[in-house]
Amino acid sequence: MNLLKQREPLLALMVIALILLVGMRAPVFLTTQSLANLLTDSTLLVMLALTQMLVIVTRGIDLSVASTLALSGMVAAMLAATHPELPLALVMLAACVTGLALGLVNGYLIGVLALPPIVVTLGTMSVYRGLVFVLSSGAWVSAHHMPANFIAFPLQRLFGLPHLVWIALAAVIAMACLARHSRFGRDLYAIGNAPHCAAYIGIPSARRLLWTYGLSGMVAGLCGYLWVARYAVAYTEIAYGFEFTVIAACVIGGVSIAGGVGSVLGAALGALFLSVIGNALPVLQVSPFWQSALTGAVILVAVLLNARGNRHRSRQILPLHQPEPTASRSATA
Amino acid sequence: MPVNQLTRPPTPAASADAPVLQLTGITKRFNGIHALNGVRMTIRAGEVMALIGENGAGKSTLVKTLTGIHRPDDGVIMLDGQAVSFGSPQEAMAAGITAVHQETVMFDELSVAENIYVGRHPTRGATRRIDWGRIEADAGRLFARLEVSIPVRARVRDLSVAQRHFVEIARALSQDARVVIMDEPTAALSQREIRELYRIIEQLRVAGTAVIFISHKFDEIFAVADRYTVLRDGQFVAEGSLADIREPELVALMVGRAVHQAYPKADVEIGAPLLEVCKLSHPTEFQDVSFSLRKGEILGFYGLVGAGRSEVMQALFGLTNDVRGSVTLEGRAARFACPSEAIAHGLAYVPEDRQQHGAHLMLPIQHNITLPILSRFGFFSRARAEAQVARRFAEQLELKAAHLTQPVAELSGGNQQKVVLGKWLATDPKVIILDEPTKGIDIGSKAAVHRFVSELVERGLSVILVSSELPEVLGLADRVVVMRQGRVVREFARADASPEAVVAAASGVVLEVAA
Repeated sequence: MNLLKQREPLLALMVIALILLVGMRAPVFLTTQSLANLLTDSTLLVMLALTQMLVIVTRGIDLSVASTLALSGMVAAMLAATHPELPLALVMLAACVTGLALGLVNGYLIGVLALPPIVVTLGTMSVYRGLVFVLSSGAWVSAHHMPANFIAFPLQRLFGLPHLVWIALAAVIAMACLARHSRFGRDLYAIGNAPHCAAYIGIPSARRLLWTYGLSGMVAGLCGYLWVARYAVAYTEIAYGFEFTVIAACVIGGVSIAGGVGSVLGAALGALFLSVIGNALPVLQVSPFWQSALTGAVILVAVLLNARGNRHRSRQILPLHQPEPTASRSATA
Repeated sequence: MPVNQLTRPPTPAASADAPVLQLTGITKRFNGIHALNGVRMTIRAGEVMALIGENGAGKSTLVKTLTGIHRPDDGVIMLDGQAVSFGSPQEAMAAGITAVHQETVMFDELSVAENIYVGRHPTRGATRRIDWGRIEADAGRLFARLEVSIPVRARVRDLSVAQRHFVEIARALSQDARVVIMDEPTAALSQREIRELYRIIEQLRVAGTAVIFISHKFDEIFAVADRYTVLRDGQFVAEGSLADIREPELVALMVGRAVHQAYPKADVEIGAPLLEVCKLSHPTEFQDVSFSLRKGEILGFYGLVGAGRSEVMQALFGLTNDVRGSVTLEGRAARFACPSEAIAHGLAYVPEDRQQHGAHLMLPIQHNITLPILSRFGFFSRARAEAQVARRFAEQLELKAAHLTQPVAELSGGNQQKVVLGKWLATDPKVIILDEPTKGIDIGSKAAVHRFVSELVERGLSVILVSSELPEVLGLADRVVVMRQGRVVREFARADASPEAVVAAASGVVLEVAA
């Protein structure tokens, strides 16, 4: 329990230590510009890790986030390319609504029809990715098709920081409120801790799961627009395999895959940690082959730290104290 | 029999009022079998009602019906004179009926305070933000009222069993319940904690709450309850004031019947001791368990649910660590470290939970049956040989299935059980342990299982029959071992095993009449 309490500060310390360590080897890493880039690069992973955290807390998993992101991003890019006169807000809304709809499909199958999350999202992962091909016929939407404000928005600065960072910050605060201070959020923890007991208490699990996956999809949809705009290109393989990075961020952040445990701060720090590694290794000129292996090793270490006593629990049947001789028992002798 | 000398304050005058809860004709069927049939019960404000019955008498089903987990097929529930019907546990709670369940309903990773208000967190303001301050303050007040000290911010996973119970009681109290149901609340409590529980029940009584108290322990029933309702086989048997009845009469009401069913008891020569267990102990589950099983014998194990019978059997089968004591099989040491060792030495264990531990539901029948003996088949002749073995056991057990390649999941409960039995029989055991072999299966299949058990001993096997069904144990067993709270309390020869005496031993009651 103490370890759990200290987990987030520990992780924050590790992120800082890692940054300083890399800075010692390559001072360029510590420049304001480089650190601002690091923060900007981490934003999408942070946002996706937050909603993935909520999903994992319910004993679920959402493998379809990267495909949802790609499909929503493609929708936004094609919409902006064919109707450049549309206001940007409307394009962003379209991406969010697309993501929400895709997420609700997951939520319906998992919450209402009670199908296993891993199977459902594995299926929709392929379906959604396939739909990107269908929608775009495999073609790219590149920068010169997109309106200028569409591309500019994510990196435009407000009070010195890019919009991306502000959006991610808002997401962290909103999710923290949701997870800690709303009934919806608390119910998710109850469901993840003990699904059957949650039903006894009268928690509407099906509805909660429906909207949790919906939320996961919606955030993935928003990230879809941001991703496409930031890199100024939309193609069929956007964010391919990114769902595993998102899940890894959660695991590193102390979210238990068994459900019921996880914090917003933990997930965000986990995402930040992975981003630091991702940005530092090239600076340190580590070969890209080693980068993947190192990231994997970090995840394994996190899981090891997370593994709590899973020993076989024996039942307490023998009376805890010797029964006191009562009137009825003394007659036995 | 001075049980009533335990101090019991007079019932407040409130009990003369109209009933808080009145049940009439409550009927519940599962797969056409009556779990409850026309049950009635009346309970007034400030009254503690003991609900009494054997295992499987329908007490838990009745509780689930009252708390909105099951919906009765027939009958009326009147709460404060109004007919009510609950579609969910939440509705029952909102109406003022709460239960402290036998298995605690707890969320391990959440705080104590949150566990009390989970699912109905109080919120404040237009943003409907959860009012944590109020949750913790209210939880603190509840514990202060109960006079127990549990830190409200502690995680429930760090609490003891007793503390969890108090959290559940606090949850019941927090909803201003009109009726509080306690389903064997003392099962895991120490004497001191039980006294605290009595005090809390007294508080509830004084506050005018109606309490339904379910327990198998008669001293407790007489200590806390005012009235009793007895159920048997899902039917109402009797009700009355505990002041007017004594323990032996209650036991008789509970058991109520001669062993009416004809059990196919084969006349088998009982041979030399085969399995001898001496002072088997485990740190928390059982202590000093000794018994012997002879060749050709059916040894019954009776006890209340949770008396530690299954745990002893699992220890014999090599599933448990930390076991002390000696076990010999045919004179040789037989303390097994793992089930495969036990199987190799001729032990078979048919577990209680068929679906989880007994059968591989997705595999076809024939693969289930041959699973423990796969190494006996050659690599190439496997398919035909397997089918042959499977067919032989399926015929013996009168298995009803379309074909032997059907997945076990598609069979009825009774037929699933036959597959599991066939599987263990195929290992050619000397001793077969049957843990609740007829739990949750229909009457026809039950009879087939009973016939099968007697055939086992005719074939020279020895059987340990763990069962909570009294007629089954009395009808089939040559001797009955009774366990209570992790200990063997008595052993009966077949001739001495009267239903009253066995139930009394299992519940810790002393009968005055000479048996």
